[in-house]
Formats: sequence, C-alpha cells, structure tokens
Amino acid sequence: MLEVQHICKTYNPGSVTEMRLFEDFSLSVDDGQFVSIIGSNGSGKTSLLNILCGSIAADSGDVLVGGQSISRLRDYQRYATMGRVYQNPALGTCPNLTMLENLSLADNKGKPYGLGWGVSKKRVGFYRELLSGLGLGLEDKLNVRMGSLSGGQRQAIALLMASMTPLQFLILDEHTAALDPKTAEVIMHLTDRIIREKHLTAMMVTHNLRYAVEYGDRILMMNQGRIVFDRAGAAKADTSIEEVLGLFNRISIGCEN
Amino acid sequence: MLDLAIGTLTQGLIYALVAFGVYITYTILDFPDLSVDGSFPLGAAVTAVLLSRGADPYLTLLAGVGAGALAGLCTGLIHVKLHVRNLLAGIITQTALFSINLQIAGSNLTVDRSVDTIFSAPPTMALLGGLSLMGRKLAVSLVLVLLVKLLLDVYFQTKSGLLLRAVGDNPVLVTSLAQDMGDRKILGLVLSNALVALAGCIVCHEQRSFSATMGTGQVVFGLAAVIIGISLFRKMSFVRGTTAVLAGSVLYKICIQAAISIGLPANLLKLVTAVLFLLVLVFSGRKGEEIIHA
Repeated sequence: MLEVQHICKTYNPGSVTEMRLFEDFSLSVDDGQFVSIIGSNGSGKTSLLNILCGSIAADSGDVLVGGQSISRLRDYQRYATMGRVYQNPALGTCPNLTMLENLSLADNKGKPYGLGWGVSKKRVGFYRELLSGLGLGLEDKLNVRMGSLSGGQRQAIALLMASMTPLQFLILDEHTAALDPKTAEVIMHLTDRIIREKHLTAMMVTHNLRYAVEYGDRILMMNQGRIVFDRAGAAKADTSIEEVLGLFNRISIGCEN
Repeated sequence: MLDLAIGTLTQGLIYALVAFGVYITYTILDFPDLSVDGSFPLGAAVTAVLLSRGADPYLTLLAGVGAGALAGLCTGLIHVKLHVRNLLAGIITQTALFSINLQIAGSNLTVDRSVDTIFSAPPTMALLGGLSLMGRKLAVSLVLVLLVKLLLDVYFQTKSGLLLRAVGDNPVLVTSLAQDMGDRKILGLVLSNALVALAGCIVCHEQRSFSATMGTGQVVFGLAAVIIGISLFRKMSFVRGTTAVLAGSVLYKICIQAAISIGLPANLLKLVTAVLFLLVLVFSGRKGEEIIHA
C-alpha cells in the first residue's frame, strides 16, 4: 500500500508568486493498482509524482510504503523500488551510450556498479528477446547509439529499462505525451502489458482522457491540488469518456473565470 | 631538429595525461573543473620534495597520483556536499592549492642533478640504457601514457565506467538507477585530478623543478587538446575518445612548438594559445557546448 498523508506544499512561499498547491492532501493506492491521474495544467499531478519520488520535498505530511515512512529517503534511494518514465524520451536513456550499454546499465540496477565488465555477453540473448517482444525491429540495433533512435523507440527502451529489474512501483509522467498517436498507442499497450505481467503498482499521469478511461483500474481527476473525481474497480470500468470529458470541461471553465 | 621533434612529442605525451583528466571532467562528467591548474603543480611539488629527500623515483608517481586524487576529492566534496557550483568549487580548490603547493615545496624547488629520476634510475637504465636521455624520456613517457590510456579504455567498459559516462550524459537516469549521482561525480573528479597530478609529477622528473606558477593555463591546454582531438575524429566513431584526446595533445604541442620555432616571442605564447583555442572552437562548430562522449 502506498499512502500519501496530509501533504502540504506551497511554491515560492512569502513572495508575490506564492502558490499554495496541496493543503492536507491524502491518497492511498492499493498494491497492484494501476491508477490514471488526469487534470489540467497546474492541478498538482506532476507535483504529486515528484513528492512520491523525492524529487521535491513536501512542506509537511508523510509518504508511506507498506506502512513505513519513506519521507526521509533521498530520491535515488527511493528509486530502488521505483521505476519512472518521463514525458521527454531523452530522460530515460543515455544518448551517447549504445542501446546495449543502456540496457546493461539498467539490468544492473540494485547491484553495485563496480569494476566488472559493464556489458555481459551472456545477457545479449535476453535483451534481444525483450526487444523483439516490442515488435519495433530494435533487436538488430543493439550497437546503435541511443541518441540516433527516434523518440518513440527511445521511449520504448526507457520503459523496458525502468521496469527491467524487480520493482514495486512504476511512475509514468505523461510518458506518451511527446509521441505521435500511433507510437503513443504502441507504448501504452506495452505499458499495460508490463504492469500486468509484473504485478506493479502504477501511477500514470496523462492528458489523454481516453487512455485514462481505457487503461488502469482506477481513475483520479485532480484540480487545484485536490482530488475531484476518484473511481476504482467496477465503477471505473463503467466510466465513459464523455462523463470524464464533461467534468473536465466544467472544471477547466471554472478555472478560467 | 630531431631532438626538437623528440622533445615536442615527449611533451605531447606527458601532457596528454592532463588532457585525459580534462576529458573525464569536461567531456564525460560535463563538469568544467578548474582545480586542474592547482593539482598539476601539486603533483610536481610532491615529487620535487620526495626526490630531493631521496625517495624511490617510481614511488613518487604513486604519491603524485594520491595527492591529485585528494585534490579532486576536495573539489568533489565542496561541490556535492556543500552545494557550491561546479566552476566555483574548482576555483576554490585551485586557489587553496597554490598556497598548499608552496607549503609542500617551501618555495620554487630544483631537484639536484645527482638525484635519479624515472628517466635515469637503475631499472630504467637496465632496460633503456642504450638510448640517450631524450630517447629515454620519450620511451618512458610513451609507456606510462599508453598504460594509462589502456587502463582508462578498460575502465570505461566496466560497470563503474559506464555509470560514470551516464552521469554527464543523463544525470536523471543515474538517479533512476538508484545511484547517488554526487558520489559518481566525486569519483570522476578524483580520477581526473589524479591523472593531472601524475602529469605534473612526470614533468617534475623531466624538468627537475617545481615552480608555483607551472599550473597556470593547464585547464586551457587540457580543454584545447580535448576539443582539437574530438573535433578531428568526430566523423570517425571507431576512434576512442582517449585516442582522439592523445592525438589532440600531441598536435597542440606541435603547434605551439612550431610557433616558437618561427620566432614567436615567449611573451606572446598565451595569446597564441587563446587564439588557437578560439579558432578550434569556432571551426569545430560546437563552441565547447556539446561534445561527443567515449
């Protein structure tokens, strides 16, 4: 169980641009739940992910995993059990390393990065198998520099890398937003498959309402640091895109006035 | 003429160690480290004192490496633990080292002619006794630099080396791999400054002297060598970064020697260096911004 308890967060406190985002914000996510989070810009979606991952600190409140507080852990320590894929495909891989070197780095997560050979010949077959499962023809490009691949290809690899070693949580931060519709579809399918196969607890921020409705077993809508819509299980399955869109539009208009 | 060529080549080889150091920080870590101007004379100061006190000449190499590593550790800790910007962290270490170097050596120091260096100690003579002093300097420098290059090439293929390359390439990924990026930066700075101090150490053997100002301009030299080398071999992806940097260092020393040979006054040397550096930056089309990696 992942719990966010009584989080408060104010940006630029004491200045004219002061923005109070979270005021006593709480949320709990069951193990194995796949949560889609939607909401307009500035609603606090990405801030929530950043607080979970330790990229930014909350002013007060606590984040618990399995009842244990992780608030004192540094970001890199939290990533021991978390994987994260960003909106920008460039953030998930090293552009100047080859695909093989990238995969090898990710494969070693959780073990020390010492003086053993960085690339293990024995694992190449396994990588090829993973890559051919993507159906993007990447299995023959192991020695290609990552930076020369397309955004979609890089995002697919980033997703593989983020979920390669055993982990508990997968954090998806608008990870299909920078891709063309067809590639986004491929990545979304892959995401769903990985979450199911590995029984991960996933938090996906997306601007694509259709993905939020179609995928996952819980849908959250956020607005101005609060949860305004929360459905899980059967109720989530019955939720239509029109319903979500209607609510989304009402909120957006409310914001503008 | 031949002596001049051998001398220039030797310089290019020894100073390639400075360039390797700068390559690690500037190109791989994306960390413009100015401690180099201090860690280079640090290696020389330690060596001059040890040689004068009758230490084994080969062991001074290790002492130089160790001293440089400590200097790198300082810059790393100042940057990572005290959150000082990278440029400033280097400047602080460099400034402190100027005094520390003088404390170590007492003053500018000359090593007595009677003292054996790595170029004249018995083991070297046993192997290379047939060569002139110039020849031995070239041979010993060549062996040392190639050894370091080989070790670096191997290191960059290890897990630790891959992760180091990732630090400059994509810091976000290093954090995602549950690794502390600060620790990796410190490791890179330690490695880099150890190499730079090793260069200072060998230069001290070669010149038999330490002077407090011998570090001035080493960062600029290192950057120029790295950028020349990498620009030259940009189209040839099969050439390793270390090979390119080694070539850059030798080429740079040849250019400077050529300028002196055609009668350039020594006072103008730094101006020529600056202009040469600028030309390389402009014509390589990258203005020192994005440099390809190992």
